Amino acid sequence: MPRVVVNVMPKPEILDPQGKAVTGALKRLGFDGLTVRQGKRFEIEVDGEVTPEVLARIGEAAEKLLANTVIESFDVVAD
Amino acid sequence: MVRIGVVTFPGSLDDHDALRAVRLTGAEAVPLWHGSDSIDGVDAIILPGGFSYGDYLRCGAIARFSPVMSTVIDAANAGMPVLGICNGFQLLCEAHLLEGAMIRNEHQHFICRDVRLRVETIDTTWTCAFAKGDEITIALKNGEGNYQASPETLRKLEDNDQVVFRYLDNPNGSAHDIAGITNERGNVVGLMPHPEHNVEELTSPTLDGVKFFESVLQFLSARV
Repeated sequence: MPRVVVNVMPKPEILDPQGKAVTGALKRLGFDGLTVRQGKRFEIEVDGEVTPEVLARIGEAAEKLLANTVIESFDVVAD
Repeated sequence: MVRIGVVTFPGSLDDHDALRAVRLTGAEAVPLWHGSDSIDGVDAIILPGGFSYGDYLRCGAIARFSPVMSTVIDAANAGMPVLGICNGFQLLCEAHLLEGAMIRNEHQHFICRDVRLRVETIDTTWTCAFAKGDEITIALKNGEGNYQASPETLRKLEDNDQVVFRYLDNPNGSAHDIAGITNERGNVVGLMPHPEHNVEELTSPTLDGVKFFESVLQFLSARV
């Protein structure tokens, strides 16, 4: 089935406590020089073809529900 | 008698505490249900603490689209007093009745303790019985209470006197030490601490929560 992926990330200016904790843990494990920001990935299966209209509709869904655009940004990509 | 509704969502925890606090203050407590779009003719609404819909996706994000919320949003926009406590505050932000959003606490810890707050404005339906500058102690318990908003929004909140409560000792990294805010009209208030837990001597170190409920009664009785 065709799939569309929505990636949601905390906006750069918003503090990311989870990413910060992961960054710290990596550093303690010896993975130096890596800075992590943690987001979410939604894999969406679509009935029928992935047309520009379908992508636009999923963009609407992301704007309305999947992301909170006060603190997060998102992108929509056909997989 | 003034009737105050408390909405129960799947995953609400403090709905019964809120109902009890309403009763103790002398109003009629009306249980409301997330799955119904009726608010049963109440005069004011409380969105309680808890983990509505498991807090899946984001805190309050799914509850925001429950049937009762469309009625709550209309009522809030028409001027009805609405108080969001903890998860209820997150829900009001998701519903865009209040500005900004909550992220995870700085340092990732779940915090459960009494916090000191300063009442910054009494020009709201839920704080009019306080005096401006009052310092109060209220229970706080959450993992995602770190209030954030854009610099423009924060400036607007400060300029319009919409910051209602500030932490005296910021426990979670909230911008501008913000513990609670209101909308422009002052009828919708959200805060992370739990005033409904500070209404009885047996279980709380202070009775500072009582004035939240007295405020709305004072507001509603003045209106009639």
